[in-house]
Order: sequence, then structure tokens, then C-alpha cells
Amino acid sequence: MGKSTMTTGTLRRPPPRPAAPDGTAPGARPRYRRNRPGIAYLFLSPWVAGALLLTIGPMLASLYLSFTDYDLFTSPEWVGLENYQRLFADDARFLASAKVTAMYVLISVPLKLAAALAVALLLNRKRRGQGFYRSAFYAPSLLGTGVAIALVWRAMFTDAGVVDSVTGTFGWDTGGWINEPDYALYVLIILAVWQFGAPMVIFLAGLKQIPTELYDAAAVDGSGTWRTFRSVTLPMLSPIILFNLVLETIHAFQAFTPAFIVSGGRGGPSNSTLFYTLYLYERGFSQFRMGYASAMAWLLLLVIAIITALFFGTSRRWVFYSGEDR
Amino acid sequence: MSTLSDGLSTRTPGARRPGAPGARLRTVGWHALIIGVLALLLYPVVWLLATSIKPTDEILSSLSLLPSRLAPENYSAALDGIAGIGVWRFFTNSLIVAIGAVIGNLVSCALAAYAFARLRFRLRGPLFAFTLLTIMLPYHVVLIPQYTIFQKLDLVGTFVPLILPKLLATDAFFVFLMVQFIRGLPRELDDAAEIDGCGPVLTFRYVILPLLKPALVTTAIFTFIWTWNDFFSQLVYLNDPDSYTLPLALRLFIDQTSESAFGPMFAMSVLSIVPVMLFFLAFQRYLVEGIATSGLKG
Repeated sequence: MGKSTMTTGTLRRPPPRPAAPDGTAPGARPRYRRNRPGIAYLFLSPWVAGALLLTIGPMLASLYLSFTDYDLFTSPEWVGLENYQRLFADDARFLASAKVTAMYVLISVPLKLAAALAVALLLNRKRRGQGFYRSAFYAPSLLGTGVAIALVWRAMFTDAGVVDSVTGTFGWDTGGWINEPDYALYVLIILAVWQFGAPMVIFLAGLKQIPTELYDAAAVDGSGTWRTFRSVTLPMLSPIILFNLVLETIHAFQAFTPAFIVSGGRGGPSNSTLFYTLYLYERGFSQFRMGYASAMAWLLLLVIAIITALFFGTSRRWVFYSGEDR
Repeated sequence: MSTLSDGLSTRTPGARRPGAPGARLRTVGWHALIIGVLALLLYPVVWLLATSIKPTDEILSSLSLLPSRLAPENYSAALDGIAGIGVWRFFTNSLIVAIGAVIGNLVSCALAAYAFARLRFRLRGPLFAFTLLTIMLPYHVVLIPQYTIFQKLDLVGTFVPLILPKLLATDAFFVFLMVQFIRGLPRELDDAAEIDGCGPVLTFRYVILPLLKPALVTTAIFTFIWTWNDFFSQLVYLNDPDSYTLPLALRLFIDQTSESAFGPMFAMSVLSIVPVMLFFLAFQRYLVEGIATSGLKG
């Protein structure tokens, strides 16, 4: 800090007027100042400290810990690949948690994005009230991540709760979805899909960027609604679809709160809501098997990295960037 | 920002000849459809509000949103709190964590974003790429070593582990948001300030910072709401009921199996979402535009 205040301290004066007329020729911008890395790193110093102490350092540390036996209180003991071997060879709960999480991601993400796209298409009209509706649809995305709404879900899907009462009148007595291993996961999937407002807002912004000329041309060619959607809207929107797909997938893998609250922290019934992160928390912070939990964390990172790479790797085939000759 | 929606929506199809009778009918149908979907969507929120003033025995089964009688005792029980601690304590704790996080993110992310967007240094490209990569990084990969560090420093159980990371610009999302925003500001302003003799510090202070306000507001609102809703890291780091935040206090209700706890539980749930709702009502334009322009998570 000292250096910069010395160089600038003598210049303390009222804020400069923007775009002061100074007689400099337009092309000749002064560039004598910005090339001072010292000041750049001064601005970056909190970020650098965070990146080193809270991101890179801990990442490497947890990679190391994943090859050790570590309980937080005694120093870590090197065990090689044992944690990883045990995860796959003899940990039924881990395999269950991986399966539950995979199902949750595979079902909730496509449904959420489909709902988001459908409502975005519906809202994409120049009509009164559009802004209000857009905000109202977005509201669940803000509320839904909290504990309060998860408690609501727990109560609505419990035995003799609202959903059970409604299905009961049609002769389908479930005994509460959250108590049924076959249905419990769907309670969480419905909660995830309910929060489609965030990707919807992004879709809506993307829809508004599509040039009207394309729709006019499609209309002149006698293209119907479905054909126009397939041939104009979807390709033009594909970069946004990729973006939402990557983001929502990453978030779905890390979901924790709804499963914890709805299952009371245990992932039941019969492990049917045992999210990966829930099991990781249980191993790390209930049983203090932190080496084991670190191995799980690195597997999660690996899976997320591979899936993200797959999305981007295949995107050349299905994502259309306008201006590209394809 | 408002011109974005106004200017572009005029181009969207489906609204030609607003005077035609068929179009009028279609408009009514459109409103009806949307309001129908919205009613279904917002039912759980309305159910929560209605339930919080219902007598306990009506809570679970009754489909009617209207209670047979009002039950303000739910709220007085909620205000009394749980585990012998009043709700205001939890409320204050949540507020301290959320405000600390907001200040941390505003300061650290604005400083970092200015450097990434405007200053030249050799590692700028790689470091910014690294920032973008950390958006994808699952929190769990850094959690255990971070926990170990805070444990060694005897800070587990305090709010420091929840606030300090924000002071060190670890929320890459907001760095990215602000970098994008600053890149959109005309360079000529910087140049003018430079000619007037401003160094980077003064340029940041008097030129960039005032113009950055919309991005700062968006960052502040999202940080507040996400921290307010955050459960996982608070569950990990706070272990003493005196330091519990609202989400942790709500979680205590789960272990109480008796249905008599339902009324106060939902009353406290309502209290916990009131700040989020107020923020939403006051700043919904910022929120929705912020997410539309930067693609933040929800």
C-alpha cells in the first residue's frame, strides 16, 4: 500500500471530470501508466491470498489426505490407494450414494431445463405484465435453496400430508412419499425442478438476442411453429443451452440441503435420498474419517471435470455459434 | 438495463396487430395460462404462509389454506426460539454472517476485478482462467483442509470461517461478474483520468467504482441471499447453539418428532424467509437483470 500512496498521494484532488478535453489526438492514447505490475498485484492481493491459502493449497492438501488415514486429531498416516479401493470394493453406502446422485442429476437437470425453456418460450411475448411474471417465476430459485422450503416439502410429502391426501382421494394411498424408498428421491427432484426460474431467466435473455429477421425469413418460407422452433430457435439458443446444462449439472452434483432436511440428515429411507455430499459429510464430519472423505471429494471433482469436458468436447457437434460457417 | 428488455422485446414474434379480436382473445388466454402455472408454482409458498398461522392439529392434513381459527401462538412460540435460545439471537447471527459476507465480497471482488479488467501484468491471462475454473470447483475439495486450518487456529465455532473466504475473493462468480461489467465501461474514461494525473488507485476510486454501482448492488443482493440461505458451511463450522444461524435453528426442529412443534417450526420458517422476500420485492429488477446478463446460479 505504501508505494502507491506515495506515488499518488501528491495528486490528491477532486475527482477528475470524465472525458476532459485535452487536445490529445484520438488515436494516441497514453499508455504509460497501466504497465505497473506492482500496483496490479496490490489490487489482487486479497485474491492471491485466497487463491493460495483457501483454494490451491487446500486442493493439494486434500489430494494428499485422500491417500491417508486422517481423523483431524492425530497426524495423517499414508495408506496409499486404500481409501479409493475400499470405496469401490466394499462400501455399499458409497455405491448407493453414487447411484442416487447420478439418478438425481440425470432426471432433475433435463426436467428443470425443459421447464425453464418451455416457460421462457411462453413468456417471450411483447405483452403487458411480462416483467412481473418473469420475476414471479424466478422467486422459487431464491427461496428454494433454503432450509424453510425444504421443511415445507418434507411436510407436504409426509404421511397424511397434502400430497398424500390429494392422491388418496384418487385411491392412491402412498403413506407419504418421503417414507417410500421408491418415491423419496422424486420429492427432491420435484423440489429441484420447482426452481427452474434461474435458467429460465437466462433462456429468456437468450431468446431476445435472436434476430427477428430469422423468424421473418422462416415465416416467408412457410415454416410452421414446430419447424421454426427446431430450425431457428433451438440452434440459435444452443450456446445458452450448453451454458445452463453445464451450470445446472455442476450444481446438481453438489446438492445437499434438501436431502439433509427431507431425510433428517440420514439419507433414508433405505439410502434412497443418500446424496453423495450427504455421505461425504457423514464420513468427514460425523465419523471424522477425513482421509476417506477427501478421496470422495476428489472423485467428485474428477467426475464433474470429465462431464464438463464431455459437454464442451461434444459441443462442436450440437452448439451453433452464429457467424460460424457450418 | 431496462432498455435491454424494452428494446428487444419489440422484436419478438406473436404480438402483431394488437387490435385484432383474435389477438385480444389470445392475450387473455396467455395471461390465464401463465397465472394458472404461477398459482401451482407458488402454492408451496402460500401453503407455508397459511400453515404458519394454523392451529397445530390442522397443519398436516387440511388442504384448505384458510385456518379454522388464527393461531398467533405459533409465532409467540417461534419468537421464544428453541433450545432455550430466542429467535432474535439466531436472526442476529444470520445477519452478522450475511453482512460480513456482503462486505467481504464487495471489497475483495471489486479490487480483483479492476486488476483483471484494466491493469496489465504478465500472469493476467492464466490467473483469470484459473478464477473461471474455480467456479466449477466443488466446495468439498477444499473443505477438509480449510476446516483443518481453522481448527488449528481455534476458529471453528466462530463466524470467521464463514466470512474470511469472502474477504479473500474466493467467490469467483462475482469477480467474473464485475470483470465483465468493467470491460463494458469506455476506456476513454480511464484515459481521461490518467491525463488528469490519476494513478490506478485514484482511477479506481473516482472513475470505476462509481460506475460499477449496478454490479456492486447485484453482488451485494446475491451474496446476502445466498449466505442467508446457506446451510452446509454453517452446519460444518457452527457447533454451539449460541452461535447458530436461522437455518441451523430450523434444523433443530427436525429432530423433534411431536407434531406440536410444527406450528412454531413453520412460523420460524416464515420469519427466516422474510428478509429474502423483502430483498426480492425491493430489488427484483436487479436480481433478474443480474442473472440474465451474467448467468449467475440461482
